[in-house]
Amino acid sequence: MSSTSGSVDPQELAKFDVHANEWWDPRGPLAPLHAMNPARLAFIREAAEGTFGRVPPEGLPLAGQTVLDVGCGGGLLAEPLARLGGTVTGIDLVAGALHTARRHAAEEGLEIAYRLEPAEALAAAGERFDLVVASEVIEHVEEPTGFVATLGALTAPGGLLVITTLNRTPRAFVEAIVGAEYLLGWLPRGTHRWQRFVKPAELAAWLRRSGFAVDRLSGMGWNPARNDFELRRDVSVNYLLAARRLGD
Amino acid sequence: MPATFGGLAREHGARHIPVMTEILRCEVAIVGGGMTGLALAAALGVDGVDTVVVDRMPADLPPSSNADPRVTAVALGSVRFLESIGAFAAMRATAAPILDIRVAEAHSPFAVHYDHRDVGDEPLGYIVENANIRDSLIARCRELPAVRLLMPQAYVDVARDPRGATVSLADGRQLRAKLLVAADGKFSRLRERFGIRTRSWAYGQTGIVATLGHELPHDGLAYETFFPDGPFAVLPMRGDRSSIVWALEDELAGAVLALPAEAFEAEVQDRIGDRLGRLSLASPVKSFPMVLKWAERFTVERAALVGDAARGIHPIAGQGWNLALRDAAALAEIVAGAHRLGLDVGSAKALARYERWRRFDALALVAITDGINRLFANDVTALRLARNLGFALVDQVPPLKQLFMRHAMGVMGDLPRRMRPAEARMRA
Repeated sequence: MSSTSGSVDPQELAKFDVHANEWWDPRGPLAPLHAMNPARLAFIREAAEGTFGRVPPEGLPLAGQTVLDVGCGGGLLAEPLARLGGTVTGIDLVAGALHTARRHAAEEGLEIAYRLEPAEALAAAGERFDLVVASEVIEHVEEPTGFVATLGALTAPGGLLVITTLNRTPRAFVEAIVGAEYLLGWLPRGTHRWQRFVKPAELAAWLRRSGFAVDRLSGMGWNPARNDFELRRDVSVNYLLAARRLGD
Repeated sequence: MPATFGGLAREHGARHIPVMTEILRCEVAIVGGGMTGLALAAALGVDGVDTVVVDRMPADLPPSSNADPRVTAVALGSVRFLESIGAFAAMRATAAPILDIRVAEAHSPFAVHYDHRDVGDEPLGYIVENANIRDSLIARCRELPAVRLLMPQAYVDVARDPRGATVSLADGRQLRAKLLVAADGKFSRLRERFGIRTRSWAYGQTGIVATLGHELPHDGLAYETFFPDGPFAVLPMRGDRSSIVWALEDELAGAVLALPAEAFEAEVQDRIGDRLGRLSLASPVKSFPMVLKWAERFTVERAALVGDAARGIHPIAGQGWNLALRDAAALAEIVAGAHRLGLDVGSAKALARYERWRRFDALALVAITDGINRLFANDVTALRLARNLGFALVDQVPPLKQLFMRHAMGVMGDLPRRMRPAEARMRA
């Protein structure tokens, strides 16, 4: 654990130190992240096309763009982002997850730079990316305001920042914690702490203060008929937010 | 172990000479470059899905093979699909519109009359020469940067694992794909390799096909007449030509096939009558056994069956390729949807969706066409009366007739996006 990882809680990291084989098992302990992939990638694609320009059906929406996946874990989101044409860097503080991610990407023939570094270190080094994604991460950090400022610093002017997380509502408490962790057992107990959840309005306010314009906000929810997460209007549990960094 | 890192050939002794196997990576590998495999490849290529087609046959066949008299009835839904993937324009060269279909029983006063004006202003479909379909699809695939045709190229083995499929090619290279598609026909070797069992039913009938020239125009009319010894279809082709598809008991078919050309023409003339004037053969006469065959599953881990590899139906209702195109359109839609999001195109989830989507459609049509044939293969008077009444009923109750027609036109059911009318595609 690096001393520069100011916003990261070691207890939170331990929750993602799962067995290597489990990261990529769609029915394993990280099943919800797999199930979220179609919806969150649809959101990211739409936001990216809105920011970087529309592409024809056969085109790659992230071609020529540098992408940073913060808290990339085993690479569940980093790989699709690379397939969409992005030059992807994935960072995480769980060494085992990165090991899994590196091996998996090599086997898929994908070039992704995986680094065991905190976001703060990249920001301090002045690194910038066209697209920064922090999906299901902010609810696990100790100082969300500082974390958002770091993400902002990592986003190039004119670039795009996508954050997905859980809302701090009674409904999120019931569904994401009581339901997913205790009743359905989709997530290990203790995965989430409700007090840490951030409301969309809070997130938007922090982003505006960091020089961002919030372009898009969407909810995401489980559709039992399709057995999948889907984008929806209701942001009371899971939500996704895309913000564009205004030029200097 | 998948050959992800290349093969390593080792010699005993001091020297180790590593021989790297060249690996071609793609998202979808299609084994079988026939009409269905090529149509799937073009549909995937249009959406930028990295696709490789492997077939033993060369992409460019010598012109002599144009003697192939086979034609295909391309229903309206299929036309829309082919148009949307940019492949139908080139087929129009030999496409003859079907403006009207008449289904009748020989020596019966009743007939079902399908006029395209009953369901809209588009033709019911087109009759297109198979050779032209294939050439048009190959030309289209070559225009698409995402599609590679390895034709001619044989494969020596396939292997599947949880992450993908590997096709070992005869030239020593390996093809590594997220999804392997078997488009290798009714006698699919891959289907057998996957351990998918089939159920089949031999009709004891042989199908005879030939192209005929005639003196009088056909006016875009397709006829299907049920004779006591089997169904006989006349399909309008470009110019004053028609294609016949004639099913007979195997023994009888053998006798007909043995006839000299003039006697064969006389037999056909006898069945068609005088409405087309004098008939003459314009192609060799070809035949094929009529077997109904369907696979018990359409998918296994990392692989899917399409077209005749999934099910071969009785050609009587002219639905074989239309069903195959529905496979191709459905699979392409699922795969392109995953590709668009950078997701694994051959995941268990994607394959489960394909299996669910196609199973109902395919089995329903197998049942319908098989039912029609069995109904007509039996010359019992009571049955005959029942079907005459049935025909008359269908013709006199427009909504029912429209239902039959829409099914025959391939525009019913849970249609893939590219088979829907253009305005519906926009909304979707």
